[in-house]
Amino acid sequence: MAAISRDDVAHLAKLARIEMTPAELDHMASELEQILGAVKRVQEVATSDIAPTSHPLSMSNVFRDDVVKPSLTNDEALSGAPAQAEDRFKVPQILGEE
Amino acid sequence: MTLDYKGATEKYEPTLGLEVHVELNTNSKMFCSCATEFGASPNTQTCPVCLGLPGALPVVNGKAIESTILIGLALNCSIAPYSRFARKNYFYPDMPKNFQTSQYDEPICVDGYLDVEIETDDGPKTFRVDIERVHMEEDTGKSLHVGGSTGRIHGAEYSLLDYNRAGIPLVEIVTRIIPGTGKYAPQVARAYVTQLRDILRSLGVSDVKMEQGSLRCDANVSLAPIGSGLLGTRSETKNVNSLRSVERALTGEIERQANRLEAGERIIQETRHFLEESGLTRPGRSKEQAEDYRYFPEPDLVPVTPDAKWIEELRAKLPENPADRRKRLQKEWNVPDSEMNSLINAELVDVVEETIKLGAEPTRARTWWLGEISRLANEKEVAPTSLITTAFVAEIIALITSGDLTDKLARQVVEGVVNGEGSPKDVIEKRGLKVVSDDSALMVAIEAAIAAQPDTAERIRGGNIPAAGALIGAVMKATGGQADAAKVRELLLRHLGQGQETR
Repeated sequence: MAAISRDDVAHLAKLARIEMTPAELDHMASELEQILGAVKRVQEVATSDIAPTSHPLSMSNVFRDDVVKPSLTNDEALSGAPAQAEDRFKVPQILGEE
Repeated sequence: MTLDYKGATEKYEPTLGLEVHVELNTNSKMFCSCATEFGASPNTQTCPVCLGLPGALPVVNGKAIESTILIGLALNCSIAPYSRFARKNYFYPDMPKNFQTSQYDEPICVDGYLDVEIETDDGPKTFRVDIERVHMEEDTGKSLHVGGSTGRIHGAEYSLLDYNRAGIPLVEIVTRIIPGTGKYAPQVARAYVTQLRDILRSLGVSDVKMEQGSLRCDANVSLAPIGSGLLGTRSETKNVNSLRSVERALTGEIERQANRLEAGERIIQETRHFLEESGLTRPGRSKEQAEDYRYFPEPDLVPVTPDAKWIEELRAKLPENPADRRKRLQKEWNVPDSEMNSLINAELVDVVEETIKLGAEPTRARTWWLGEISRLANEKEVAPTSLITTAFVAEIIALITSGDLTDKLARQVVEGVVNGEGSPKDVIEKRGLKVVSDDSALMVAIEAAIAAQPDTAERIRGGNIPAAGALIGAVMKATGGQADAAKVRELLLRHLGQGQETR
């Protein structure tokens, strides 16, 4: 696996909306490098006859019936919102996107 | 010199790609049990799961999976024996979770097709639209941008979010690129969306109302010089919310791109918004930078692994393909294209078929739905089907066929039923509308008319047939207009010795 660069970390931080100082970027790049190194060892034993695992339980088809249950009230739904208006969540203006 | 559409398609070859999003009509949301009702007051159909509150656990709606498999089967897809949900990560307030639960590289249905027929200069032609995938995801919330002059995001001071729609099951149907449509590209796109809508409706999995957003189409198109074998840069047009708009948006976009290329400019890969009033598109978000959604398998949901038995059970439930069904019915009913199209456009094919199944005479079933009932529906600005049931229409038609009602009386019965006066039987009874066909009852009225106008009767006996009109009129008046005039004429003339000339 390719090493993770400082630019990669900066890009991911931007996508995740996490503000990081140059020192933090250096630090995180080297930490992630170590984590990837650990994962690499797992990759060495993962052969084609072992299916990748995305879930610890070997379950599938867990469905619920299509039945409506009571929702939160409008007050309850908005109780955790930093700002609200007209029964809706109020968010700052969205810039640079359409 | 600017190119018009004709000029544009004489020089450039369009390549299409269509993405259709359809909201399923399940009672509850995709991953939680909140209601999905359209038009509920804001934020009254939400819960910790669809609001993305910490610790909430999603559980898949089984009905939504079933509907998606049905859609895949109807579109000739393979159903994946193993598929998973994935998180599509992005920061935008329309999803409170900061990700949309979707599917990435393991969709439920893959590799299908839909054949669509359009009219070309050389007659009807069929185009095969290959379908790449049908996958499940969830709808987003609705934003209201406040401030600014245009209601658009630019200049808005803040946005207000209603999450009632967030988490409603959404199915995305993606075509492969559709080459070789030439100047017919807009019509092929429209025919595809129309046919898809009809199929979804016949499956009963969605309301498919484009104007309410339960069916939405994103139209991709690119141009390349004819014969070049190249694939141009595409634009993606959103906000196309009617079948007519699909065609208009693509026509406009093909013209715009052709003129840019003519001017030596390049096409920018971007999302454009369709403007209903002008038929033009305006630029939206640029897609120059490849989106980075960092998809990864959703850890809170387990895989979907439909077994062959379940798939075959669903396949057995598939209704007849709407396009095939129409061809079959048109042949059975023996109606011209124009009448069939009227029935299709008025969305009356189903009810007419049902009315006929209930025993109504086919021609009458069509004429009554297309004529009187549609007329009343137009007056009231509602759908014909909301006015009267097929069972009542069949009942009324049976009474016409048996001679118990004339067309005129039947119109009154329909009117009565539509006005809520009860069943056809109730209306006939209350308004006293039954045709007087009992010969002896009519004969009493005829005798009375002859007695009242002996001179007229004498003239008829002498061979003056047209004079019968006066006596027939008197009988009709005496019976309150409920007698069958032809029957009265026949009985009257026979009575006066002119029976052989009744017709």
